[in-house]
Amino acid sequence: MKAKIVITPKKAVVDPQGKTVQGALEQMGYKGITAVHVGKYIEIDLAPGTDKAAAQQALNDAAHKFLSNPIIEDYRLEIE
Amino acid sequence: MNFAVLQFPASNCDQDAIHAIRDVLGHSARYVWHKENSLGDADAVIVPGGFSYGDYLRCGAIARFSPVMQAVKQFADSGGLVIGICNGFQVLTEAGLLPGALVRNRDLQFHCEHIFLKTAMHNSPFTNKIPAGKILKLPIAHGEGCYFANEETLAKLKANNQILWQYCDANGNLTDTANPNGSLQNIAGICNERRNVAGLMPHPERASEEILGSDDGRWILESMIASSQNKPVTKAA
Repeated sequence: MKAKIVITPKKAVVDPQGKTVQGALEQMGYKGITAVHVGKYIEIDLAPGTDKAAAQQALNDAAHKFLSNPIIEDYRLEIE
Repeated sequence: MNFAVLQFPASNCDQDAIHAIRDVLGHSARYVWHKENSLGDADAVIVPGGFSYGDYLRCGAIARFSPVMQAVKQFADSGGLVIGICNGFQVLTEAGLLPGALVRNRDLQFHCEHIFLKTAMHNSPFTNKIPAGKILKLPIAHGEGCYFANEETLAKLKANNQILWQYCDANGNLTDTANPNGSLQNIAGICNERRNVAGLMPHPERASEEILGSDDGRWILESMIASSQNKPVTKAA
């Protein structure tokens, strides 16, 4: 069982990394890109037989408290 | 006065802080390792600059959960003076001891240079000795020093006069070109509502002697010393 957490900068926070990547993509000739946001991806391996609902709750807590900073980032958690 | 200077793995301004306090200002200072649970008999805490825990995950995010930070939180809650410099500022925001966050510089570059600072608020333990109108020249050395807070937090900072220092030009004008990292409102340093916890990206401890290009940092450290001597200070647990 794996938990996958995607962390992205909040809309209100200026994302110079995303803007720079967007500029490079445009320069390379890729068309139709309106925005690029660069975030983080965290993969967590869970012990076999882990209770999915409990893991969801615990990792939501960890993502809110530690893995992301809610002042500047949003996160998405999936367990599969 | 006794300063506690925290040491995390990859702190690198801890020795500068100790040197400024002991050798330049003649007060006592000692290192406190991140695994310690107590600050001893400290009158004030310096959370120094560096790259604690390799800046992994986010700057300051891991240091914030180290045992010593629990002691710092208690010390701050009981009114003790705490200053976070550079990475120390990042640690204090991550710990929730100061509002807002520090994100990547707007030009994505690491800035290592001297900047000018205007003191926005003189009535604090960190600024009370700074002469009115004095423009401070201090070094910065950071890649993630762009201060961000949502509109509500910013409004609160302003209403409570919690903005202590802002980036300015040599004449004290708060211009966009004088802002090295894109910080909102040119914010370089703030304090908490109670005024006993402050953080700033520039390095006062690296600017305590003329031979280093500026000794303006002394105004900040001497403000802390003066305010500690003027009133009874809460001792650390």
